[in-house]
Amino acid sequence: MDTDLHEITLSVNGASYTRRVESRMLLSDFLRHELGLAGTHVGCEHGVCGACTVLLDGEPVRSCLMLAVQAKGHAISTIEGLASKDGTYHPLQQAMHDHHGLQCGYCTPGILMTMTAFLDENASPSEDEVREALSGNLCRCTGYQNIVDAVMTAAMRMRG
Amino acid sequence: MSTRTFGEPIKRNEDRRLLTGQALFIDDVELPGMLHAALLRSQVAHARIIKIDISRALQRRGVIAAYAADDLGAYWQPGPLLVPPPPIADIVFNKRTQVPLAKDKVRHVGEPLVIVIAESRYIAEDALDDIDVELEQLPAVVDLEQGLRPGSALVHEDVGSNVSAHVRQTKGNYASAAAKAHCTIKRRFRYEHGISSPIETRGVVARWDARANQMTIWDTTQAPVFVRNGLAGVLGLNERNVRVIAPFVGGGFGPKIMMFYPEEVLLPWISMKLNRPIKWIEDRLEHFFATTHERGQIHDAEMALSRDGKILGVKDVFLHDGGAYDPYGLTVPINSQCTLLGPYVVPSYDSTFTQVFTNLPIVTPYRGAGRQHGVFVMERLLDLAAHELGIDPVDIRRRNLIPPDAFPYNNEIIYQDFAPLRYDSGNYEPVLDQALEAIGYKTFKDEQAAARQQGRHLGIGIACYVEGTGIGPYEGAKVQVQSNGKVSVATGIGTQGQGHFTVFAQIAADQLGVAVGDVDVITGDTDQFYWGAGTFASRGAVVAGNAVNEASKVVRKKALKLAGDLFECSEDDLVIDNGKVSIVGIPERFVRLGDLASRANPMRGAVEPGTEPGLESTQYFGPKMGATANGVHAMIVEMDPRTFELKILKYVVVHDCGTVINPLILAGQIHGGVAQGIGNAFYEKLVFDDQGQLLNASLADYLLPTALEVPRMELGHTVTKSPLNPLGIKGAGEAGAIPAGPLFAQAIEDALDLKGRGVELLEIPLSPSRLFELSRKATT
Amino acid sequence: MKPAPFKYIAATSLEHALALKAEHGDDAKFLAGGQSLIPAMNFRLARPAVLIDINGIGDLAGLRPQEGTVRIGALTRYRALQRDDTFGKLFPLIGEALPHIAHPQIRNRGTVGGNLSHADPASELPAIALALEARFRVRSAKQERLIAAADFFTGALTTDLQPDEMLVEIELPAPKPRSGSCFMEIARRRGDFAIAGVAAMVAMDTQDKCAEIRLTLCGVGETPVDASAAADGLIGQAPSEQAIRDAAASLQGMIEPAGNVHATTEYQRHVAGVLTERALRTAAQRVHDGY
Repeated sequence: MDTDLHEITLSVNGASYTRRVESRMLLSDFLRHELGLAGTHVGCEHGVCGACTVLLDGEPVRSCLMLAVQAKGHAISTIEGLASKDGTYHPLQQAMHDHHGLQCGYCTPGILMTMTAFLDENASPSEDEVREALSGNLCRCTGYQNIVDAVMTAAMRMRG
Repeated sequence: MSTRTFGEPIKRNEDRRLLTGQALFIDDVELPGMLHAALLRSQVAHARIIKIDISRALQRRGVIAAYAADDLGAYWQPGPLLVPPPPIADIVFNKRTQVPLAKDKVRHVGEPLVIVIAESRYIAEDALDDIDVELEQLPAVVDLEQGLRPGSALVHEDVGSNVSAHVRQTKGNYASAAAKAHCTIKRRFRYEHGISSPIETRGVVARWDARANQMTIWDTTQAPVFVRNGLAGVLGLNERNVRVIAPFVGGGFGPKIMMFYPEEVLLPWISMKLNRPIKWIEDRLEHFFATTHERGQIHDAEMALSRDGKILGVKDVFLHDGGAYDPYGLTVPINSQCTLLGPYVVPSYDSTFTQVFTNLPIVTPYRGAGRQHGVFVMERLLDLAAHELGIDPVDIRRRNLIPPDAFPYNNEIIYQDFAPLRYDSGNYEPVLDQALEAIGYKTFKDEQAAARQQGRHLGIGIACYVEGTGIGPYEGAKVQVQSNGKVSVATGIGTQGQGHFTVFAQIAADQLGVAVGDVDVITGDTDQFYWGAGTFASRGAVVAGNAVNEASKVVRKKALKLAGDLFECSEDDLVIDNGKVSIVGIPERFVRLGDLASRANPMRGAVEPGTEPGLESTQYFGPKMGATANGVHAMIVEMDPRTFELKILKYVVVHDCGTVINPLILAGQIHGGVAQGIGNAFYEKLVFDDQGQLLNASLADYLLPTALEVPRMELGHTVTKSPLNPLGIKGAGEAGAIPAGPLFAQAIEDALDLKGRGVELLEIPLSPSRLFELSRKATT
Repeated sequence: MKPAPFKYIAATSLEHALALKAEHGDDAKFLAGGQSLIPAMNFRLARPAVLIDINGIGDLAGLRPQEGTVRIGALTRYRALQRDDTFGKLFPLIGEALPHIAHPQIRNRGTVGGNLSHADPASELPAIALALEARFRVRSAKQERLIAAADFFTGALTTDLQPDEMLVEIELPAPKPRSGSCFMEIARRRGDFAIAGVAAMVAMDTQDKCAEIRLTLCGVGETPVDASAAADGLIGQAPSEQAIRDAAASLQGMIEPAGNVHATTEYQRHVAGVLTERALRTAAQRVHDGY
């Protein structure tokens, strides 16, 4: 069988990319290896761990459960686009640093993408709501406590 | 400004790269011309290999090569024994180590048969279907007792049995202790630990550069130096022509210190053969089989006590599931054997274990490394004894704690570091008292009764443990002040997220009077530092930390001497702070550390004979023995009495790891350990069928705890400095994970009044369904 | 874990999608949310030769009230249902179940039609569709059929869909007046597949006597189980504790849990009974609370 190639154009962190990809290439592999945006990590390739979470048109999705060809015409946001161009942290990145919310850092990009979208929708979450929103991201290092604290702090700071 | 940071909750140096997705993890390594590997793994646990035919795979477009065992020629050999058996009398040890590709027999599901190299991982996986394998299935050895019965299938025929090892250690005389006992408790316990399952799986990238005669290997290893040494040996290269780089590693927890995994051994050889860089990234499905496990033990244990609950002795006979090969020696069961003694006075001890070969993946240490199993047995025996003797479970523990004036306390038996098990220091009762206070032990009975009136079932658990940490052999560090005033610290130890880039920086910063952010720590690159054992067994901060301290002290002395020569004054008249050395009381007379470093490395001119250039020093630290940390965990749970669902209402950890370098990082280690302990006690279970098939090989069915299962934890600590190292520190990495098992058993029994109903919880893991079954059995 | 090769076609319209499915039959699969299909393909448990991406067919998504029913386009994402307050008030059973379905990232992509077509025995929506007496509109290039939920699920991961058919719409009848509902499930962790799940709907007459009860379960059979008959003893009277317990007991003859790595069959039976009691009790109470 000939390789099934498709040309796609999509936007990632505001920049436009056009590539020819095999239909079976996962979006996670496309971002990491085709575009060199290796900040999105792969943990399981069956949609459970959440390490690969990116934003698709602003909504958190598992990039290991999407084909790159499906992203054609859409806007993807990844961890590389979260801080400002001058390096200033998003409040959640700052809060994670302040609260020691990361250890090995492997699950962190997925958590940041998930929780920044969550905070955009819920500006005053309770701890229970934060934990529920976080429950789709597995972390093996931190026991989650400091991550929860970081999200609560970020929410407070973002409310001003 | 004081730059003293030791003991402060300093935020981490390494965070920026991780927070912005810029840190290099193994799968981020991209090299021109790189090829990709996939492995064909056995789908059955035990079989003779009749035939392997790779010819169709080689014809697939995009496939470059494929190798089975015979294709490796003389390179094929079993891996080295990483940890020899300790020097214990009459020990039996049958060494059988893993092989790069199975030859003649497969001995566990997932054992590799063929490695395929292709232009992409996608194509390599396609090619796996092209390989024809004929296996003659054999009965699998899965059950430990069955595996030791005559007539059982044999994992290694030439051993003649499935005995991997047999060890007996004794102290005192248990028989006479039992004869004098007022009460003897005897039970069978089963404890299963699980898999480490870090969010990042393993990976290896090997690049052979024939022109430079240089092999570079990126590897998610916790022990880059030994991997370098071993691979250089088998590849026939000089150590200096091999560089092993452990990049950022996404969680290790133990199994990433297992060395000479098949993939580590295969990839460099293939890279040399094909003269191309090769990458292999373990996928999650592979991880369930290809990375080592910890698993189960069966203990037949008894405790002899006096009427007032003093332990007279413990006798324990246990079986340990070692898996198909035993490259890691006896570390895990020895830890079980030794850690069972806990913080208690146990005058007589008779412990025997048999490590059994099974047709299951290899067992090597995973956070806790066998301590969990021993702690479970001891804590449960004490609970059962307390119930029998009518003593409060906390009181029975208190009565048996080693008193503070008894240190160093000699347990006489041999520990995993081959030295006699001696607790260097400890003060156990205040830790217990603090935990009881924090959990509200005194008022709990009333709360429990009030809750019961409302139909709510609350229960409490308390568990004590010790943790042998900071063992040798040694680690080293090179500390260097650069001309720009920044300090670089290089050490052979690796990192998997425990804050080494910050903690080691704090130690150096404290000695050299610089900002923590100005200390750049390099770990895990064998070209940057040649020697070291690795990060495991809660030893990084203790051993490498002290090496950093020693090297920093020497550099500090050098700086003061140079400044003293410059200012023509005594070193006692100088102060070092803020990156500068200045004369006491005359701050305007100063020289920057960076300038001193430049002066120490002149481009021209003559120097005194014997002068060493630069403001740097390399020092090593090797502790005489391990330092013993200890702790107490306490937990209140609520149980649904009908569905047996569990909710943790309160979780307290009080811990003593000596001097604390960074309380923020320490707390993170405890949190993470507790989360894994909770997973181990109530969620994670490897479910094998009787043919060695893993029935739940996915994260959908192997249940790691999420933010909804792990509660908020309250931490406290006491400080009993270790006399074994100048910083007084003890390790802390595994503490959180160790006592969860008995804690859950005790709290659940209390919540559901199980003991009163004749139900004893003598196994881990538990689950709602298992609790239901155990309760059912008791009433029938 | 990379998928095996396939031919990918992005369907431009429903007709296009159905024509392709007619051409390829079982060799092709529709790609909707992909949250069940892509993991199966990554594990290489599913290897369709052709993947027909229907995400571009906008008409297939959306909520449409129509003549006393609500029609849900099959491509409607779980997330859209969660965001629709009106829908949540009309069908609180679905609203209550949604937080139990996987996690937010999955719910952003997963579709109602995809879930129902996949027909996992432990999945919540099939049991709820059954409780609500939904009807499924199914189309092929040749024809359209309307299938009752009771006839749609034929076995584990098996539905009445023919190789050339697609589930395009789910029709929910208007909720009964004076009714209360409750969905409960037991799972090891939130979002995991149910060890047992119960959907209960109690409708009462003006004398506060039970007029109709719907009782369905997931996770305890090859298909969602309609166990409404177990609650027959409650019809015509005010709900009593005894009658509720009796319903939970008679339920046992209607379910056949298979057990799995997380639970024994006895435990599944046991909690199915416990949840039935609790769900019926709560649903009855909610009649008065107005939801």
